[in-house]
Order: sequence, then structure tokens, then C-alpha cells
Amino acid sequence: MGNFQIKVQPKKYDAVIVGSGAGGGMAAYVLANAGLKVCLLEAGPNFNPAVDSKQLQNPWDSPRRGASTKYRPFGDFDGCYWGWEIDGEPYTNAKGSNWEWWRARMLGGRTNHWGRISLRFGPKDFKHKSIDGLGDDWPIGYEDVKPYYDKIDKLLGVFGTNEGLVDDPDGIFLPPPKPRLHELMIKKAATGIGVPVIPSRLSILTKKINDTRGQCFFCAQCGRSCKIFADFSSSSALVMPAIATGNVDLVVNAMVREVLTNKDGLATGVSYVNKEDMQEYQVMGRTVILGASACESARLLLNSKSQRHPNGLANSSDVVGHYLHDSTGADMGGIIPELFDRKRYNEDGVGGMHVYTPWWLDNKKLDFPRGYHIEYGGGFGMPLYGFQWGIENLNGTYKVKGKKKEAGGYGASLKEDYRYFFGSHVGMAGRGETVARYDNFCEIDPEVVDVYGIPVLRFNTKYSDYEIKQAKHMKETFSEILHSMGAVTTWGGDDGPEDNYGLHAPGNIIHEGGTIRMGNDPKKSPLNKWAQAHDCKNLFNVDGGQFVSQGDKNITWTILALSMRTSEYIVDQLKKNQI
Amino acid sequence: MDRRKSLKVMVLGSVSTGVLLDACKTEDKKTVAGKPAVVKNTGEKHPGLMKEEVADLKEVNSYTYFTLHEMTTIGILADIIIPKDGVSGSATDAKVPDFIEFIVKDKPENKVPMRGGLQWLDMQCLNRYQNSFAECTTKQQMEMVDAIAWPKKAKPDMKQGVNFFNLMRNLTATGFYTSEIGIKDMGYVGNTPNQWNGVPDDVLKQYGLAYTPKELKECVSF
Repeated sequence: MGNFQIKVQPKKYDAVIVGSGAGGGMAAYVLANAGLKVCLLEAGPNFNPAVDSKQLQNPWDSPRRGASTKYRPFGDFDGCYWGWEIDGEPYTNAKGSNWEWWRARMLGGRTNHWGRISLRFGPKDFKHKSIDGLGDDWPIGYEDVKPYYDKIDKLLGVFGTNEGLVDDPDGIFLPPPKPRLHELMIKKAATGIGVPVIPSRLSILTKKINDTRGQCFFCAQCGRSCKIFADFSSSSALVMPAIATGNVDLVVNAMVREVLTNKDGLATGVSYVNKEDMQEYQVMGRTVILGASACESARLLLNSKSQRHPNGLANSSDVVGHYLHDSTGADMGGIIPELFDRKRYNEDGVGGMHVYTPWWLDNKKLDFPRGYHIEYGGGFGMPLYGFQWGIENLNGTYKVKGKKKEAGGYGASLKEDYRYFFGSHVGMAGRGETVARYDNFCEIDPEVVDVYGIPVLRFNTKYSDYEIKQAKHMKETFSEILHSMGAVTTWGGDDGPEDNYGLHAPGNIIHEGGTIRMGNDPKKSPLNKWAQAHDCKNLFNVDGGQFVSQGDKNITWTILALSMRTSEYIVDQLKKNQI
Repeated sequence: MDRRKSLKVMVLGSVSTGVLLDACKTEDKKTVAGKPAVVKNTGEKHPGLMKEEVADLKEVNSYTYFTLHEMTTIGILADIIIPKDGVSGSATDAKVPDFIEFIVKDKPENKVPMRGGLQWLDMQCLNRYQNSFAECTTKQQMEMVDAIAWPKKAKPDMKQGVNFFNLMRNLTATGFYTSEIGIKDMGYVGNTPNQWNGVPDDVLKQYGLAYTPKELKECVSF
């Protein structure tokens, strides 16, 4: 490359936003609608669900029948580009660490395929240290975030029901869909043993909310990203309307290398490599807003070293990268003999569960400090790669139409068995709170760079007894529920202390948070309560990085609420010339 | 939908704006549940695929893995596992062997177990009947299959054959029931716009279940 030079964009923006997922998309939406000029950088290609989604394709439209690939680990129809590994973009784990890192590279990020589970944090979730002495309290409380939860409920749409639960606050809900058959069975069985089951809370439009987004038509395929925008994706619900204001320049395939600062230590813009031409570009702005994901944003800060910020930007506390945490996860499933030979009908419903179990117990009476919620699955799913795999473990165990059969086999009798067992499976998964700890962290690997020459992250994470005991409790609960509904456990029932009771590796649940946490003390937290860097007042974070902890709730709805809150603060501060 | 608004939203997409226009047309007709903007094919060969995926697909399709003889054997086995019956056609009717050829290249961990299993099967048949499996009589083929198709009663020295047949059964079933013929056979009737109004009444009755007044009041109904 004889003519290597950095191309500087002449236009100066009010804000340069890194990442177009939930956090970055919301920031672009709020700022653009306030009349500010925004440059939105995305490390992956463009993606328009209306055109690019595989919604309503049939199994045979995929040559691999929906099987997973490294490009789409959740299957060939899934709406997310990349995942556990990306060609040319490695990451490493220190000895003894097994963090699994999911990275989306596309407009809208991983909101194109997430479960749309949209749970508000409750009052306790912001103040857990005051309750059990572990971790830290947030510098803000539920009352600070509630107005924003209310606004995004209305702006983006979420279904659910007001149950008056203190730590699972009421919201402004669209009507939920009726439970499916296996969900009625779960509800009956679980309720019978004291485990509550209530309508789920998903950001899917069971009613129309505006003129740009459609109403759900119940194909169960939110994971493919909705062509009529009836579920929340950052691309369709935030970025596209933001661009329609005329105030946003979107740059795709832009992998940001570092945040640039001036001699006063203030952010001036970012430097990025264009993945198409491998050339280096710079774009300048009055503010820089990071929404690249908790770990990518931390990586960016740690790689942004300067004389004023010798160990990385916004890192005088040495906390950037630390307190990294994910939701815990463990699961179990089985078959319900009562559902063998079911009558066929369309029970696709919305994408995901129609009912769930919020945390229902008091941790003071348990041997682990934080709770979990339970997600449910089952029913007549679309047959895809792996469908009815392992029939030899089923058809010899249960009578088929009253007949005892030999396991395995072939022929017309086997075809009868496949039909007989369809739709009788049920599964459940716990998603719990991890205690965020300083000694779980990501840092720059001193030895490895990615294909763009950017130093990569090295992870150091390990679960403690708190999380392991919680997983044990999950398994016991699942086992009880399955038993009381007359189901037989077929997977996830053999875990024990030797494998941490089936506790998934940290990172595997894809709720990364906590690397750039907020706090009032600049010595202990990189950000203040507005997610504004203590060390650099025109630098903000709007993804999971700012989280002090994440309750037992999936984090997207809170990322959206906090991003809106921070973005409104930025608009106010810019208009007052405070930054 | 207001056409101007939707166009405005779409412009940024830098892709065809035809899609949303079609969506508007459908909505204008007030069809069931706000019919989706189904994009069959916009002229692009691989709509929505990353360039890396397209290259990968090209690579997988650039060569043939199984020999003609192996494909013949796979076809015979597939039709023994899923024959034509009163409800639906056979595995070969649903082009299952083609699917197996593709998937072992796409999931290369299946290459050795499949090729090795086929070779094992031929060697067994050569020893027993002095012919490869494909060249055996139907009676001999079924005798051989019966030795490996029943995991619990198979003889211990048939274990490798049982494992191969399990894999073959699984690949055949997955290929068949994800084909158009197989989906119809299975009675999966989803993947189409509809209005979910809950479990049908007769099914609720069959299982002795009912929606609560709270559910009926709060849930979306059509």
C-alpha cells in the first residue's frame, strides 16, 4: 500500500455514534429528532428486515434446512450476521477463563434476532448492595428510569400484563397472546407447586402502534427479523426513522479503531477502518457516544491511549473492562406423554414464549444471593435440521398408539412414530443474576491483533458459588415442574456438581454488561450517573457497559431506557453549550 | 400505510423500495392480519446473505463428495427408512439423498462416519453375500439392515453398524420432514400469516383445560 493515508471527513457532527444496536440506535433516534447532526458508524453491512429477512421461508428454502453455520449460529434462517466467531476478528481467554463472546456485525446489531423479552428492572435491582451487601448500588434508582421505561413502552411497543409485582414493575402494555396448550399445562403444574406463571413481556406489536410498523401476524419468527417491523429491531424501529429525519449519515462496514482526543483530553471524533477498502478514516464530532456492546466499547476505550489518558480513555479509575458479567443460564426439557398423537393446528403464535415465571422467592431464605426468571418453550415448532433426531431413544420407551415397539427401526412403522411424538416436547431455561465482581474482566491481549491491526480482548471470567448454587436451584425447580406436569425429562437432567449443574459458560447467554460502569465516585467507576465519562465530559456510553448490575432481567429494555435518558441529557447539554 | 412516509423510511436502505410499496398495496386491500411484505426474489440471487455466506455456498457446491455407488446405497437405505406409505411419498421422492450429499459437505464432521459406515456395510455384505449392499437381493439387504436397525437388540459386534444406521436414520428423517412432502405428512400447518386466538375449544376440552376470565379479558382476541 504505497499511498497509505488517513482520510479525514470535513463535516463536523454534533455526535459520532459507534454501533447501531439498541443503545446506538436509540441515541441516533433521539439526537436526530432533536435536530442534531449525527454520524452513525456500524461495523457490519446494511440490513433491511423488509428485504433481507428470511421470514416465511420454508425449511426446504435453505439447502441446510435451517442448520447453523458459523455465520449464523442460531440457524440458517436467523436474522443475525455472525455470532460466536468472526473471520478475522479473534479474541482470547486467559488460562482458566471460558468467556463466550457473541458479536453481531450488521445494521441493528443483535436486536435483529433477540428474544424480544423486555423486562424492566425493579427498584431492588438498582440497590442490591443495600439489600445483601454484595456488588454495588447504582447511582440512580428505579424512579430515575421509570419515565424512560414508560416512554419506550409507548414508542416501541411491548405486550404484557400489569400484575402489581414490586420488582417486576407494571408498564404500558399491549395485550399479550393467549397461552399455547403446553403453556397452559406448565401454568397449571407450576402454579400448583407455588411457582407463578404470568403472561410474558415481549416487544412485539399485537396491536398497531404507528404508521411505519405493522401488526404481528403470528408466525413465531421474530428471530428472523420481521419484514413488516412488527417486532422491535433497532434497524427498523429506530435507525430507519432516525435516518428519515435527514440528520443522520450512516456509515456501514466501519470498524472503529480508537476514540481521538485533543490536548485537553476531550474527545474529538473517532478513527475507523473501512472494511471494504481497508483504508483508514477519521470522523469528527462534538460528542462521541459508544454503543458498540459492553465489551467492544471497553476495548475501544482501552485502545484509545494518549498522553492525557495513558492507560486508555476514561480509565483513570482502572475499572474499564472490570465487573464484566452475563446472565446465568441453565435449562432442562422433556416430553409430555399426554400430548402424544396431538390434533394438528397452527400454534406458532409470537416469536417466543407467551408465558414466563418472574423470580418468586426470597433470597434471604436461600443459599444464593440473587434470583432468576424462567423462560418456557415447546409445541409444534417448524421442523428444521435436527428435527426428531434420536427417535431411537424415544420409540422403544413409550407405547405408540398402544403398541410396545422395539427402539430404532425403519419403514412405515417408523413414520408413524415420528408423527406420534410431534409437538410433545417442552423445555425451560433459567436466566439469573450474576454478582458483578471486579475480578471478572476483559483487557487488551498484549500479543494479538485482528485483521485490521486492532489489539483484541482477552477475557478473565469465572463463576463463583453464588451462580453455581443458583443453577442447582434452577435445575431442582425445573425437575419439579416437569414432574408435576407429568412430563419425562429427556435432556438436562443429568447435570451435577461436576459440571456446575449445567450452568452455561459466562457470556453464553449474550447479556454482557458492566465493563464501563456508572457511579458517583470517579475512582471506582468510569462513568457518572448520566453515563458520561468522569475523565472526558463529551464521551458517553449507551450499551450494556454502563451497567452496575443487571438483575435477573434481560437487559435490552434497560439499555434502551438508559440510552434515551442519556441522549436527552446530551441534547440538553449541547444546546446549553455545556459540552 | 401512508406511502410517502414509508418511502421516506425505505430510502436509506439503499435497496429496492418496491417491497414496502407492495406491503402498502396489501394493507390497502385489508387482508387478514396485515399481510407481510413477502419478498420472493428481488432479482438478487441470494437476498439477505452475507458475501462470506455466498462464497461458502459456492465452495460447498463446487464439488461432489459421494461416488455414484455411494449415492445408490444412500438412496436404497433412505427408502428403507422412509418408504412410501398411505400418507406420503418416500425419502427419494423428497430428494433426501441430495440433501445428504449437501449436508455432509456443509457439516464435514459427518463425512468420515458416512463414508466409513457405507464402506463397513459393503464389507459386511461382501463377507456375507459376496456382493456390495447395493447389489444384494432385497431379502439380503433387509437381513443386513435388521442386524443394525435395532440398537437395543443388535449383537455387540454390530455396534459400528448400529451407529452408522442411527446417523443414516437421523439424516434421512431430518431431510424428509423438512421437505415439502415431509412437512405435509407431519401436519405442520404454521409458517403463514394468521390470527392466534388461543387453543381451539375442542382441544381445550380434550385436555380438561380452560382459559381464565383474566386471560380472556387481558389477551388479544380476534
